[in-house]
Amino acid sequence: MSPLDGSGAPGVIAPRDAAITIRGLAKAFGGQPVYSGFDLDVRRGDILAIFGPNGCGKSTLINMAAGLLSVDGGTILYDGREVREVRIGYVFQNYREALFPWIRAADNIRYPLRRMGLPKREIEARLERLSADFRVRFDLARYPYELSGGQQQLVSVMRALAVEPEVLFLDEPFSALDFETTLDLRALLQAVLKRLGVTTLLVSHDLEESIALADRLLMLTRRPTTVADDLPVTLPWPRTSTTLSDPGFVALKRRCLTVFEAAVAGRPVDGAQA
Amino acid sequence: MKGLVAPALGALGFVALWWLATVVQLADPVLLPSPAETFRETWAAFAEGPLWTDLQRTVVRTVQAFVIATLIGVPLGVALGAKERVYRAVEFVVDFFRSTPASALFPLFLILFGVGEGTKIAVAAFGAALVILFNSAYGVMNARRTRVLAARVMGASEGRILWDVLVWEALPQILVGMRAGISLALVIVVVAEMFIGSTDGLGQRVIRAQSLFESGLMYGVIFLAGALGYLLNLLFLLAEKRFVHWAGR
Ligand SMILES: Nc1ncnc2c1ncn2[C@@H]1O[C@H](COP(=O)(O)OP(=O)(O)OP(=O)(O)O)[C@@H](O)[C@H]1O
Ligand SMILES: [Mg+2]
Repeated sequence: MSPLDGSGAPGVIAPRDAAITIRGLAKAFGGQPVYSGFDLDVRRGDILAIFGPNGCGKSTLINMAAGLLSVDGGTILYDGREVREVRIGYVFQNYREALFPWIRAADNIRYPLRRMGLPKREIEARLERLSADFRVRFDLARYPYELSGGQQQLVSVMRALAVEPEVLFLDEPFSALDFETTLDLRALLQAVLKRLGVTTLLVSHDLEESIALADRLLMLTRRPTTVADDLPVTLPWPRTSTTLSDPGFVALKRRCLTVFEAAVAGRPVDGAQA
Repeated sequence: MKGLVAPALGALGFVALWWLATVVQLADPVLLPSPAETFRETWAAFAEGPLWTDLQRTVVRTVQAFVIATLIGVPLGVALGAKERVYRAVEFVVDFFRSTPASALFPLFLILFGVGEGTKIAVAAFGAALVILFNSAYGVMNARRTRVLAARVMGASEGRILWDVLVWEALPQILVGMRAGISLALVIVVVAEMFIGSTDGLGQRVIRAQSLFESGLMYGVIFLAGALGYLLNLLFLLAEKRFVHWAGR
């Protein structure tokens, strides 16, 4: 099966399969619109990668979706519910500024569970399970600043997944990590996300990574932001380093690059705004 | 231990220079007694008792003023910092009184609190509270935004965020404010002891030694006040290292 065939066409998602429904989204900063009339549906259990140029509004989109930023207009609903009624997880790009350095790594992971009011035994059980899932080999009793960057971001990921989120938001989670660490963390993350079926919005700067981790890839244009392309990625899971040389993968990547150069990189095509 | 060698050498050098100045009679011996004489007179004053009492009085007043200042300055500063718009509204008043020499406020506080213990402690507490408040408020306002968002996304209420994130984020700055506050409280207490009808305290002892031409004792008390200030500062530096182990990391 070609990764380009339409079996997973993103445009046709039955309402009951949609985990996220965005309609008529509008957002402007200082009178400059970033989004106006933006629509998006995300299928339950899908990993949606969002790829686009700097400043096109990727962070703005997931921050509005996560309820961290107000919308100017339109709705973002999760199976009909507002975001505050949904269990979500969020992994920030800058792990140094997202973890709490005054408590130990394990307590960082316990923090959202304590906010949920879970009993102590359940909290410890989840911590154990996460440590096993992510094959943690370092000491979680350390403070975050005593850990390497990759370990800190792993703690952030575990903290976000501890609440067993319905939807997970990842804003360039690997961009501050070296290549090897990124590969490790990517492999662990995809295994867990696919096993638990967590609906995921992943913002990435790295086209290869966007394709390798996603069920569906959304390419955004410059502001005012629209969808340049929206394509399913039907490569088989798990995606390993051999996936990167799979003909389907290579074809997909070439197509994305073409789209990117035409629409995203700002060369005005078919009347697009300069 | 190695770190103590350089400061010890510096102090020894200072005493040596001082001693040299007295040997070559750089100044009238009444104005500049030798280190040995200073030490002798100060030791004697300690042995007789009153200087010890003076030191205790000054420490007690400083600590009282500091505790009051902390109890007012930290909670108020954190609360104001959390409501940045409110802080901006009172910022001018805080900055104004922070810049006003505390000694200029003595007459006002004398009217308010009368000639007694109350006034000295109140002026010192007032000055220190402003410094602590200012630092606490800025500590909260400069809290890393990402951490606040992280807490919010994990379902923390605004009250929880204040307690679990903002106070911790501000803690290094709060301790800096407390350190500056206790130093300022000591300064104000010593000045107040000099000029607001006192019968004891290091400030009073300096003035009395000066007027009785006990210059050895005068120098000794000045050094004692200096040592006290230095020690308080050091104590807070150690506390900062211990309690905000994560600062700057
Ligand atoms: N608080 C703000 N005030 C004003 N403008 C903002 C604000 N936040 C974002 N913007 C603007 O909105 C646009 C989208 O920002 P956003 O951070 O979402 O981009 P991004 O796609 O995540 O970029 P990057 O790839 O650099 O992370 C940018 O042009 C940015 O300058
Ligand atoms: Mg961004």
